Amino acid sequence: MKSVHVSTTVNGDAVEFICEPDESLLDVLRNRLGLTGAKEGCGTGDCGACSVTLNGRLVCSCLVLGAEAEGAEVGTIEGLAKGDALHQLQQSFIDHAALQCGICTPGILVAAKALLEKNPDPTDTEVRYWLAGNLCRCTGYDKIIHAVQDAAQKMRSA
Amino acid sequence: MALDNTPKRVFKVVGTRPPRPDGIDKVTGRALYGADVSAPGMLTAHILRSPHAHAEIVSIDTSAAEALPGVKAIVTAKDFAPQDDDFLMDVLDNCMARHKVLYDGQAVVAVAATTSAIAKAALKLIKVTYKALPHVTDVDAAMTLDAPVVQEGRSLETVPEGMSQNVTSHCEFGHGDLEAGFKKADVVVERSFTTAATHQGYIEPHACLASMTADGKADLWCCTQGQYNVRDLCSAALGIEGSQLRVTASEIGGGFGGKTTVFIEPVALALSCKAGRPVKIVMSRDEVFRATGPTVSSSIDVKIGMTRDGRITAGEAHLRYSGGAFPCGTVDMGAQAAFAAYDLQAVRTLGWNALTNRPKEAAYRAPGAPQAIYAVESVVDELCQQLGLDPLEVRLKNAARKGTRSSYGPTFEDIGLVATLEAAKAHPHYSAPLAEGQGRGLSAGFWFNFGGNTCVTLNVNTDGTVGVTEGNPDIGGSRAAISQMAAEELGIPYDKIRTIIADTSALGHNDVTDGSRVTFSVGLATIKAAQDAIARMCSRAAQIWGIDEEAVVWKDGAAEPAGPNAGKFPPMSLAEIAAVSFNTGGPIAGHHEFNADGAGVSFGVHLVDVEVDKETGATKVLRYTVFQDAGKAVHPSYVEGQMQGGAVQGIGWALNEEYIYGEDGRLQNPGFLDYRVPVASDLPPIETVILEIPNPGHPYGVRGVGETPIVPPLAALSNAVSRAIGTRMSSLPMSPPRILKALSKG
Repeated sequence: MKSVHVSTTVNGDAVEFICEPDESLLDVLRNRLGLTGAKEGCGTGDCGACSVTLNGRLVCSCLVLGAEAEGAEVGTIEGLAKGDALHQLQQSFIDHAALQCGICTPGILVAAKALLEKNPDPTDTEVRYWLAGNLCRCTGYDKIIHAVQDAAQKMRSA
Repeated sequence: MALDNTPKRVFKVVGTRPPRPDGIDKVTGRALYGADVSAPGMLTAHILRSPHAHAEIVSIDTSAAEALPGVKAIVTAKDFAPQDDDFLMDVLDNCMARHKVLYDGQAVVAVAATTSAIAKAALKLIKVTYKALPHVTDVDAAMTLDAPVVQEGRSLETVPEGMSQNVTSHCEFGHGDLEAGFKKADVVVERSFTTAATHQGYIEPHACLASMTADGKADLWCCTQGQYNVRDLCSAALGIEGSQLRVTASEIGGGFGGKTTVFIEPVALALSCKAGRPVKIVMSRDEVFRATGPTVSSSIDVKIGMTRDGRITAGEAHLRYSGGAFPCGTVDMGAQAAFAAYDLQAVRTLGWNALTNRPKEAAYRAPGAPQAIYAVESVVDELCQQLGLDPLEVRLKNAARKGTRSSYGPTFEDIGLVATLEAAKAHPHYSAPLAEGQGRGLSAGFWFNFGGNTCVTLNVNTDGTVGVTEGNPDIGGSRAAISQMAAEELGIPYDKIRTIIADTSALGHNDVTDGSRVTFSVGLATIKAAQDAIARMCSRAAQIWGIDEEAVVWKDGAAEPAGPNAGKFPPMSLAEIAAVSFNTGGPIAGHHEFNADGAGVSFGVHLVDVEVDKETGATKVLRYTVFQDAGKAVHPSYVEGQMQGGAVQGIGWALNEEYIYGEDGRLQNPGFLDYRVPVASDLPPIETVILEIPNPGHPYGVRGVGETPIVPPLAALSNAVSRAIGTRMSSLPMSPPRILKALSKG
């Protein structure tokens, strides 16, 4: 198989890489670009640990080919904070102890940010359904829901 | 609380909720987990696994794979040192099969290559010839005399004559006259239960990066609950000295007991040694399900007698557990825990472990207890229903308390069961009305908790800050709790402390992160190490002041003269003493090492309301409240987190999760789509009530909290569903097909 040359944007930065035609975007991010914030929990789109945005749309990067990033805008957990300023969601997750082991946290933060962009004032049920594709095995989700709602409220009043 | 008569210490830092030290790393994606690290020249390895539940390995031909360009090393069981110790040999056989494969998914050959794709292609070129053998995956079937024998000659002397060779151990606990007890009962209920094997379901698959040289020096980075245990197991497997293998624990993406052993680590080391290059192995989710984890599957009979007014007169349980294809002692813990919540005159529990062609059991949060207590708590609930008694009142009437001779032997010290039951009774949840078709269930739960070998060093830096070096991977916020305890004892602010987790060469041995031991044992060692450092700082102050060491006391983060007779000097703070330490004898550090005892058992009570859809068989959890004795909640948010997370794992176990085997003995659902763990939309808020009945074995009263919360949900859910549908459920999980079946019978 002939490698593919891809020009794309990751977290606002222009990036070029070469990948195999069957290589997932997740593997490209982790193994070629050194962006290991997105995690592989299953490789089959069931756990959401690899969540990123592709042209603003929330996707499992294990189900997207690296080649599909050509000309696109990719957003990962590494782009959430601006310099040393955490995104409100990140701060709320720390404040509300919404993580234990933290392996699902990057995916959940990326997913929650995508939710609040679509719906800045979700109900708890809407948050729970939106995050139903992101497995967390440690927290029982309770503190995650509180953290997302805390961030949503603060972002609305900002 | 009624039980707590001791004067409470006033804490400054313990009991507050500061941000965790690893918080920013974990919300920004910077934290490094098992699979996140690479090395120059690194190879990637993959593992060929058995497609058979049980088969003899006739031959392995790796010649075509070896010839594939890019393949750098191949290992099989032959590449590992044989072990005299049965336990070590089992661990190693589970990493790489010898002679026979014992379950679908067991590792047979590993290949390291320059790329992942080449390693995968090489696996396809390996020819393994198997001779398939009959298999057994059900625990009751495995105990019959005509069952296929999984391994021969593994039965301990405890196993009675005449049982199947698959039965590897037998245990018995209890006291009193059972027959007389049952005679005193007005009602006796006897019922049989089964529970499916479940997986810990950590989101991070096992991953490691190994680098080993031909002279037996090695470095290993891996996600584990215990780097020292990994070092001991791997050095034995590779035949190298423990001192030459340095193991560094990565951040860990969940473990729940499942990362207390090794699977890929010895394999990566052997490949690295052979190839002369670093080797990385990352398991796929399919491999995680087929070859790691699961908890035991069980089949349990329980018989309990009760008087009309709710007094339990006798209790008996027979527990048959299978820990998969290798001997497993988990049934002993189930047999000990089964009736722990009760003060009984007559109680007897018998346990047997049987081999089956399933993966080797790994610990899962309170191993053995959820199954046993599920069965007991279900029968207690059924008795309450039959006698028209309030299930909370009945539990209060029979509750174990201080001075109770426990069903497994020891007499309880201060325990919090009555306080948690009273808290549940007083909570609005217990009296809230239920609608038609809804059911409320409750269950008590218990875990022993553990102390164990622990070693901590505390360094006082010259700028007045403190570094704590401990050796237990932080699985749910323990670095925060340990920093809090160091700050409390030293009398300095939390943010002056940084706690790090040492690699195996930087600190003495620490047992694995298990038994809910870290906040208790490492916390206790940290307090003692702080006291050691305080003694040294007092000595330095005495030296500066020219007075006796004994005349100096430590108060609010500073040394001061013990009284007016000791001398008149203004207090010297930690920072002031540290700043001049190079002139008063050199650096200041405290240290403590011990085998911790006195962990203090933990009880919890869970309340749940459910609604069952009688058309689909689906159960909706409407409301859930957890009550638990934490002794002292060091960081209440993370204590709540343990209570909530454990409850939800238990909900998954009760309603959905199970290992499903086909007729061919192969696992049919090795993925998160078909092995369904709870998702956010399945659940209500999980309310928590922390009780604090101090553990006499810890200066702050701390008890382990991590395991108890997975124990009650199984019975709480089963009792709620049984009451909602009017039919007693006796098999887990209560998946929709099982509920529909029960409804059609009922």
